[in-house]
Amino acid sequence: MTSILPLRAEGAELRFRGKLLVGPVDVSLGAKGVTIVLGPNGSGKTSLLRMLHGLECPSAGQVRWAVPMHETFEKQAFVFQSPIMMRRTVRDNLAYPLRLSGVARAEARDRADHWAARVGLQDALDRQATVLSGGEQQKLALARALIRDPQVLFLDEPCASLDGRATREIEETLVAAAAAGTRLVMSTHDMGQARRLADEVLFLLHGKVQAFGPARAFFDHPPSAQARAFIKGDIVE
Amino acid sequence: MGELWEGMRQAVWLVVTLDPDLVEISLRSLRVTLSALLIASMIALPLAAVLTVQRFRFRRLTVATLNALMGLPPVVVGLIVYIILSRGGPLGVLGLLFTPWAMVIAQVVIIVPLIASVAHQSLRELWSEYHDLLISLSTTKRQRIAALLWDGRRALLTAALAGFGRAIGEVGAIMIVGGNIEHVTRVLTTAIVLETGKGDFALALALGFILIAMAIVINFAIHNLSRTETEGRW
Ligand SMILES: Nc1ncnc2c1ncn2[C@@H]1O[C@H](COP(=O)(O)OP(=O)(O)OP(=O)(O)O)[C@@H](O)[C@H]1O
Ligand SMILES: [Mg+2]
Repeated sequence: MTSILPLRAEGAELRFRGKLLVGPVDVSLGAKGVTIVLGPNGSGKTSLLRMLHGLECPSAGQVRWAVPMHETFEKQAFVFQSPIMMRRTVRDNLAYPLRLSGVARAEARDRADHWAARVGLQDALDRQATVLSGGEQQKLALARALIRDPQVLFLDEPCASLDGRATREIEETLVAAAAAGTRLVMSTHDMGQARRLADEVLFLLHGKVQAFGPARAFFDHPPSAQARAFIKGDIVE
Repeated sequence: MGELWEGMRQAVWLVVTLDPDLVEISLRSLRVTLSALLIASMIALPLAAVLTVQRFRFRRLTVATLNALMGLPPVVVGLIVYIILSRGGPLGVLGLLFTPWAMVIAQVVIIVPLIASVAHQSLRELWSEYHDLLISLSTTKRQRIAALLWDGRRALLTAALAGFGRAIGEVGAIMIVGGNIEHVTRVLTTAIVLETGKGDFALALALGFILIAMAIVINFAIHNLSRTETEGRW
């Protein structure tokens, strides 16, 4: 299978009614690993992920994959900060992306059941997704994103409102996905989570990329005073 | 007063004994209105879905027009449909005037805007929920419409029921285009008008009971649907 990576953003900017939300961004995401996007509230993490994924068109510059854009659609997925649950059962939520790709009903069902088990939702298969708890919904969203076996998975603070246990379960699934070769690009506010998962850190401030590089170096030798303050949990101006 | 009570008593008797006239008229009403509902839903529901996911130049105008058409007086609809179907009119050759089909057409015209507007409102809500996910999954327009129609089916059923209630209780338009012909186009509402005019309260009241019963059943169904909707269960 041809890889859709690397992903290159070249001078990519996202504006809303003229106001700069994020950019210009010049980064290249290689074939492997976990990139963690860090930054204070409003620094542009969500905007950046949405633009890279293709949910928003860059207002300037470009976002380029190794293959033409339309060939990437089924090979990338997105997990939103507040999970979007379809008004269907857990099983039908999981099967939906597969059905879109033309997988037969019976096989889609089997794979849905398999993925539900992987995230611990095997007993909830026939329940309506909208009545699940926040943690269960986020696990379902993650499994639904992984079910088409994407090459790249974007996650926007997937554990923001979850407790420690649910966070750990999500992380375990993410580590397994990364080990199986899925490229992860994820924003988080949780410094511990960033240290646990990151191979690479992208640090945003006021919509600008302040730092981008190996995680070890970022945490051990913060590249700027702001980065140091942010890692310590201080308020960054 | 005594006459009224006597009428009441007879009305109950007509209902209980399934009076042939009463049954015939009720069944015709149901047939006409269900046909109109089916046709109107086939037009209004896809229209509502397209208006929700498709951006085009006159979308706002179309939505505004639908809302305005909802307020169209049924009598005027009747008049217009009458003119169109009358012998000299554009569709006169079809010979539909004073047939049940004329009534179906009038009812369709009356309830399409209602069903489409109500459906559009709930689909828009659902679309704002689903938008990012369905875009992220790179769905086609057709797939988006399918997802909205399927997952919004309860709300759509509610919209359709509202249309049914409006159509079955309508009298002005179908009186004009149907003509209230016995055994042909006489339905619940037009029969009530006629019997009341004749002073035969028994049949009028009996027909009224049927109509009220239908209205209650429909509203009960709508209420139930919207209650389960918020609970997120079937
Ligand atoms: N649709 C929008 N319309 C207008 N402004 C927006 C929109 N989306 C984001 N913004 C603005 O863009 C900036 C960056 O927002 P963004 O959501 O990307 O930040 P973030 O880093 O994800 O923040 P948080 O940590 O709170 O999630 C903010 O100032 C925000 O107000
Ligand atoms: Mg955000």
